[in-house]
Amino acid sequence: MKIIYRDKTWELKGRTTVRHAIKKVGLHPQAVLAVRDGKLITDDVLISGDDVVKLIAVVSGG
Amino acid sequence: MKCRKCGTTAVINMRQHRLSLCQECFLEWVPHQVQRTIEKFHMFVPDDRVLGAVSGGKDSLALWDILLSLGYSADGIYIHLGISDGDYCDVSQQKVECFAAARDVRFQVVNVAQEYGQSIPQVARRKRGRSTCGTCGLVKRHIMNQVACDGRYAVLATGHNVDDEAAVLFQNALHWATGYLARQAPVLPASHPRLARKAKPLIRLYEREMAAYALLRGIDYIYDECPYSKGATTLFYKDLLNQLEEKSPGAKQQFYLSFLQARREGRLLPMKSGQVDMSVCQRCGQPTTAPELCAFCRLWD
Ligand code: SF4
Ligand SMILES: [Zn+2]
Ligand SMILES: [Zn+2]
Repeated sequence: MKIIYRDKTWELKGRTTVRHAIKKVGLHPQAVLAVRDGKLITDDVLISGDDVVKLIAVVSGG
Repeated sequence: MKCRKCGTTAVINMRQHRLSLCQECFLEWVPHQVQRTIEKFHMFVPDDRVLGAVSGGKDSLALWDILLSLGYSADGIYIHLGISDGDYCDVSQQKVECFAAARDVRFQVVNVAQEYGQSIPQVARRKRGRSTCGTCGLVKRHIMNQVACDGRYAVLATGHNVDDEAAVLFQNALHWATGYLARQAPVLPASHPRLARKAKPLIRLYEREMAAYALLRGIDYIYDECPYSKGATTLFYKDLLNQLEEKSPGAKQQFYLSFLQARREGRLLPMKSGQVDMSVCQRCGQPTTAPELCAFCRLWD
C-alpha cells in the first residue's frame, strides 16, 4: 500500500491498520486525517495491497 | 468502526468523547457543539451581527460556514498581510473570495501594505527587535477590532480551537504569565467604546475535527502554512500536547476546560480588582496603556 503525506510517499508491505501505518511513517495519529478513494476513514480500518491512503495534516501554526 | 448514532460506517473517531460518527451525523454534531458553546458562554444571540475573522485557513472558514448554517448573520474580515513567499496571502485571499462568492455573503478586505504603506514583513524588518509573528498579531488584532467597531458589529468571532487554546495556555503557564492567563477567555466583553466584544465559538472542538469538518463540507481552504509559522513555538507545544493526548485521550480538552472552570470559580487568579489606567490613542482612538500613541500606531512612524 502507498501512504502519501504532503510531498512524501511511502510503500508499506502486508496488511495493517491506518493507525499503525501513520505511526510507522513517523507521524502522529492526532495530527493527521486519513483519506482513501476520496473518503475519510477511521484509523482502525485495515489497509493492504494497492490501497492508497492520503494523510492530511490538521495542525496549523502561527 | 460504526457510527454510534446510526450504525453506518464512521468517518471519524473522537477518542476523547469515545464517539465515532458517520459523515452525516458528524456534520450535524459539529454545529450543535458550536451552538452549545455560544450559549454556554453567552457569546452572542441570534439577532446579533457577527464579524468573522477569516484567514482562508480551515478553522476560520469552517467557523463562518457553521455560523451561517446555524442561521447567524455573519460577515467576514480578511487581512492581507503582504506575505509574498509562496503567494501565501494572495492564495488565502482567493480562498476567502471563493467561499464568500459561493454563499453570497459579505466580506471586507484590509490590505496592510496598501492601507499603511508597508507589509508585515517590511515593518517587522524595520522595527528590529519585533518578531514577524508578534508584529502580525498586533496588526491583526488592531485592524479586526477597528473594523468590528466601525461596522457596529455585536461581536468579533475567531476560529481558535482547543489545540490553539491549549498550546497558548501551556506556553503562558510555563512562564506563569498571569496577565495573559487572566485574559485568555472564550469571550471578552467590550470594556471600552473602541474595544469590540470578542468570542471563540470553536473552543470545544479539536483541530482534527475542524479539518475533518472542512474536508467533509468541501470547503476549499489554504492547506499550506504561513511561511513564518515554521518553527513557531505554538507548533512545538501542539506537538507536545498531541503526545500527551495519544497516551491519555481527552488530555488537551481537560487541560484547557478545567483551566476555564478554575478561573471562573476564582480558584486560579484573583478576580480583577480595579482597572489598569487606560488612556486613548491620540491617532486611532483605541484604548492603550501608552501615554500618546498605541503600539499599533507607533509601528508606522
Ligand atoms: S505565522 Fe506569524 S506571520 Fe504568519 S500569519 Fe501567523 S502570526 Fe502572521
Ligand atoms: Zn451516523
Ligand atoms: Zn493608535
